[in-house]
Amino acid sequence: MAHQLAIGSRRGLRPALPLLLPAYLWLTVAIFLPLSAMAFFSFMTDLPLAGKEWSFTLGNYAAFFSQSVYSTLLIASLRLGLEVTLWCVVIGYPAAYVLAKVLKGRSREAIFLLVILPFWSNGLVRIFSWAMVLREGGILDTALNAVLPFKINIDLMYSYPAVIIGLVHSYVPYMVLTCYLTLQAIDDSLIEAGRSLGASRRQVLWRVIIPLSMPGLIAGAALIFVPVVGSFMEPRILGGRTGTFYGTVIEDQFVAVFNWPLGAALSFILLAVVLIILALAAPVLRRAA
Amino acid sequence: MAGVQVANVSRSFGAHKALDNVSIDFPDGGFYALLGPSGSGKTTLLRQIAGFDFPDSGRIAIGGESVERVPVEKRRIGMVFQNYALFPNMSVADNVAFGLSVRGEPKAAIATEVQRALDLVQLGKLGGRKPHQLSGGQRQRVALARAIVTKPRVLLLDEPLGALDKALRVDMQIELKRIQREIGITTIFVTHDQEEALTMSDRIGILRDGRLVQEGPPEEIYDRPQSEFAATFLGDANIFRGDATGSGIKLSDGTTIAASTGASVPAGAKASCAVRPERIRISTGAATAGAGNANVLAGWVSKRIFAGNNSTYFVERDGQTLKVIVQNTGAERLAEGQPVVLSWSPDSTVLIAA
Repeated sequence: MAHQLAIGSRRGLRPALPLLLPAYLWLTVAIFLPLSAMAFFSFMTDLPLAGKEWSFTLGNYAAFFSQSVYSTLLIASLRLGLEVTLWCVVIGYPAAYVLAKVLKGRSREAIFLLVILPFWSNGLVRIFSWAMVLREGGILDTALNAVLPFKINIDLMYSYPAVIIGLVHSYVPYMVLTCYLTLQAIDDSLIEAGRSLGASRRQVLWRVIIPLSMPGLIAGAALIFVPVVGSFMEPRILGGRTGTFYGTVIEDQFVAVFNWPLGAALSFILLAVVLIILALAAPVLRRAA
Repeated sequence: MAGVQVANVSRSFGAHKALDNVSIDFPDGGFYALLGPSGSGKTTLLRQIAGFDFPDSGRIAIGGESVERVPVEKRRIGMVFQNYALFPNMSVADNVAFGLSVRGEPKAAIATEVQRALDLVQLGKLGGRKPHQLSGGQRQRVALARAIVTKPRVLLLDEPLGALDKALRVDMQIELKRIQREIGITTIFVTHDQEEALTMSDRIGILRDGRLVQEGPPEEIYDRPQSEFAATFLGDANIFRGDATGSGIKLSDGTTIAASTGASVPAGAKASCAVRPERIRISTGAATAGAGNANVLAGWVSKRIFAGNNSTYFVERDGQTLKVIVQNTGAERLAEGQPVVLSWSPDSTVLIAA
């Protein structure tokens, strides 16, 4: 098999070039060049704009280690990423299971549409609609008070739970989609085989279905964890003062403080940390998959 | 070990009656084949016995205990699936161990049992492999080992040999039969392959459109089919249709065919006769109705198919094509277009009520 593939790729590379070139050209221009520029900035004292003086420095990286606020925020962001990923698993996996194994035909299509609907709406609109729902006197508060016989106050706005809710809402479709794909590939006869051997539904879930859908869970987790750690929009709008995270600090450097070199350096540190985490997790995850 | 009783079981899916009042007694320790074309309900029946699906009405008992509302995991059955359904993420040994380990048996006991089961299917050394590293026949054996290691009361096989090529299938038929005898387990085997049903089973049940058409030992069904469908589905048969005479039937052209086996049909009623192609003698000579009351028909050979050890002649007579199978003993072969005389004994002729 591997041998055949090797022959195939050797023979196939030259005719494949015209097909590969546009994508790689685009990636080079759109990602590699700006990223290189950012890497360059991160070692500068100031931006070389309007004839400002600048020189090379490691100071931007040193700032991360000398001021504990950055590492504190990075840890808070990693925890946020972990929590959001976990909630996405808890909410998204059962939905994916029902989509892949319970629903058939039309109802599956309808539910599927509902799951991917958030993808089609503007992110900012989504977050602001959450703001309307979560604030005191907002939709959730009013609705609950209309139903419940006693008075309660729901004001989740500008809190950590609000940030979690907004982020989970934005990212749960990734988990549903990746898990749906792996769950759908599991033959129903495997589930029946497990039960014919005396395993309860729960045992079949833990011993057969979850291990076989691990690749989807891992792919979903990676797709969610990485952007959530660097997220800034949801924390800023829904979190308010409590919504200060590593991502919002980076954003501040670029749009408020205009300290691009520091912002760039903080970004690369985040990239390095995320890569290290993924590299450390890889052997464990590969064994699980 | 235990027998299985299915009594008056019906199951519908919407307007479609998949099983219609089916009753079968599966004897303890026997090898029973459920035979039928696709859509006949044989797999539905197997799934009722397994417990993947529950009947709308009727009773199912395993070892005398009613199970028709017991979920599959509590029925203590072993099942081999058409596509084997091995867990791709587990080794061969872990696949076989699955049923014992979900019961929470001690590890050491599991290992011993797994090794014994793998030895029984002659895969003793392959416990560490993953399913995708095995051939089709080996996967089949693993599926069998996994199904029997838990010592189920009954073994259910859903077209287990369907995915194998012909030579391997014959090997596996023999192997399956050997293992079944060795552990003496009640086995119910679903197949659409009549040859498989004939060679492997002690009893056969033929299903059609959700109904049991006929059941009994293979020899009995083959020699005394009770319907045209049973006669033509299990083996080949020449069918004559006419009016019953009391000792056979009279065809529309006045020819009488004598039959001494099968149903008793009152004279004058519609009836048919079935004759197996290998029971008919074919000759070129004048009507050699030597053996007293033998049935004799004249016709001509329209086609000959040579199949090595035998030849099949297609003989035309009065708008009907008859099939005759002759062993190749080295005697003269008949040419196409040649006039011939067919003769056979009333003992080989089965009378079937219309």
